[in-house]
Amino acid sequence: MTTDLSKTPEGPQPAAPAVATPVDPRLLVRQEGFAGYWGEFVRKLRSGELGSLPVVVGLIVICLVFQLQDSAFLGAENLSNLFITAAGTGLIAVGIVFVLILGEIDLSVGSVSGLAAAVFAVLNVNHGMPEWLALILALLTGTVAGVIHGFFFARIGVPAFVVTLAGLLGWNGLMLEVLGSNGTINLDDSGLVAKLTNHYFEDISAAYGLATATVLAYFLVAWRDAHRRTAAQVPSRPFAEIVLRTAALAVPAYAVAWVFNQYKGLPLAVVIFVGVVVALDLVLRRTRYGRKVFALGGGVEAARRAGIDVATVRISVFALSGTMAALGGMFLASQINAANQSSGAGSLLMNAIAAAVIGGTSLFGGRGKTWSALLGVLVIQSIASGMALLGIASAVQYMITGAVLLAAVVIDSVSRRTQRTAGRA
Amino acid sequence: MSAAPVLALRGISKRFGAVQALTDVELEIRPGEVVALVGDNGAGKSTLVKTIAGVAPADDGVIEWEGRPVTIDRPHTAQELGIATVYQDLALCDNLDVVGNLFLGREISRAGVLDEVEMERRARELLATLSIRIPSVRIPVAALSGGQRQTVAIARSLLGEPKVVILDEPTAALGVEQTAQVLDLVERLRERGLGVILISHNMADVQAVADRVAVLRLGRNNGVFAVRTTSQEEIVSAITGATDNAVTRRKARIAEDRA
Repeated sequence: MTTDLSKTPEGPQPAAPAVATPVDPRLLVRQEGFAGYWGEFVRKLRSGELGSLPVVVGLIVICLVFQLQDSAFLGAENLSNLFITAAGTGLIAVGIVFVLILGEIDLSVGSVSGLAAAVFAVLNVNHGMPEWLALILALLTGTVAGVIHGFFFARIGVPAFVVTLAGLLGWNGLMLEVLGSNGTINLDDSGLVAKLTNHYFEDISAAYGLATATVLAYFLVAWRDAHRRTAAQVPSRPFAEIVLRTAALAVPAYAVAWVFNQYKGLPLAVVIFVGVVVALDLVLRRTRYGRKVFALGGGVEAARRAGIDVATVRISVFALSGTMAALGGMFLASQINAANQSSGAGSLLMNAIAAAVIGGTSLFGGRGKTWSALLGVLVIQSIASGMALLGIASAVQYMITGAVLLAAVVIDSVSRRTQRTAGRA
Repeated sequence: MSAAPVLALRGISKRFGAVQALTDVELEIRPGEVVALVGDNGAGKSTLVKTIAGVAPADDGVIEWEGRPVTIDRPHTAQELGIATVYQDLALCDNLDVVGNLFLGREISRAGVLDEVEMERRARELLATLSIRIPSVRIPVAALSGGQRQTVAIARSLLGEPKVVILDEPTAALGVEQTAQVLDLVERLRERGLGVILISHNMADVQAVADRVAVLRLGRNNGVFAVRTTSQEEIVSAITGATDNAVTRRKARIAEDRA
């Protein structure tokens, strides 16, 4: 204030604005221009709003380490396979993100994914049902499992941890029952489910076209939003920032498209996975439903008193988690082209939860993005893929993935504590 | 006072297990009137508010809205009728920003997509007309002070164009200036023709803004007083149920000491 006065010692002071803007003078108002953005960025880091930064840095470090050990790691074939392998676990993790935002946990997703695969295999192979119908029924199996979890949690009041732990065991048992004495059912090599992970759009224009469409869509939406904001006289992003953000999206989008085209082309699995992430991200951030989910994570009582039907939202989130688990299960079955007794077992559950948390979704509820499922599962799959390339035993793999998960949770807890002291949580 | 009551409670009763929290409570709110609801801890003020707001529906009795009996069994029903409730705490979601909290439960959307621009514009407009000072409408409410959170909570209640606003101890946690701002806000609500139910322990606040004072004692009505013609002692004795109480004894002692 004093510097302003000293700059204009003579001449009339500009008239006070007609309408007092509701801004507290004590607030450090962001400077204009890029210096301002850098300052804002540093301030956010200091107050513990790390966002996706740790996982992006982690991903780069992991890629560098493995690339230095074995130059095949960043090769087109390895990266293409890495993305396809990540899709199944990643889709399950997207459902987990929703549950974590509520501040709850779903431990049943592994078993549900196995059950869905078994249901599909039995209906399609053993009973000769058309693939599309069997696929829909398999996904609905996941939905129903989720609704059951949600019912016991939201209506009866059993802790979600216990309900889904029961689900973990129960659905696994049902899967074994459905599979029958045989134990393994092989799927049709050229069927719909097999195509989920072995179909590629070979035309190079597919990958580049999708990248272009994505970048253009992002730019147009951001630009129109800024336009509307200016018209409504609320703060908007400057044009330069929109261009910069678009460029930041374009670089990885075209790089990934280039990598896919070096191998077999754009994989169908990646299109579906990224499509689901984008669609559910819009649901979470841009719809009333998503707002309700966040509100429940921020304060159940406040949400209830705002007229939100808490039980219905909770049940729907568990239903979504179950459906996503079933969808992920179809991708995992597609990879081995079979449903067997070990479907959905092993480290799948931990990997899915770890992916969501590593990606930056808080275990404490109220914060998270579907993108964290994508970033997190890439971290986990990169470690798995890199270790496999280097011929490291899975024992070591588990330990390292465990350590990464612990690191992610530590970052989450510490950043939450820092946010509290900075008055932001 | 001649206007018909917008909200009237007739013989409201509520039990929690073995506790009879409310017994045959009567209350009338007219447009453009501030009714203070006072009573000691456990007198049933919060329970009464919850029955009106639909959080904990009454077991017995009739709620009349603009002359006709209504059933309020969900918070949503109360909101739709035009009853807005501002709770002392638990009113805001810490992780949502100011705009998100203001519009929680009544978001504006265009073609199924949240219209953030319109919500932000209206939020700024609303906060400006109420002279509420907030650092930014896009920060999480966790970053706001207690007083700022209270004003955001009150501002939120006005978005639904309610006819009755219930304020549950709006000044309990506030500083001197912010209390004055909230009381100003209450008067502005009255000028807009809203009926206001003000729950408060603070007699100074009650006498500053209320038109009538309804006293609850042990879950029952214990008198309704016009603020202008009633002394503070009368209200206090109605609250405590005796003319001989801690407050009168203290006044008498001070008077003796001075004499």
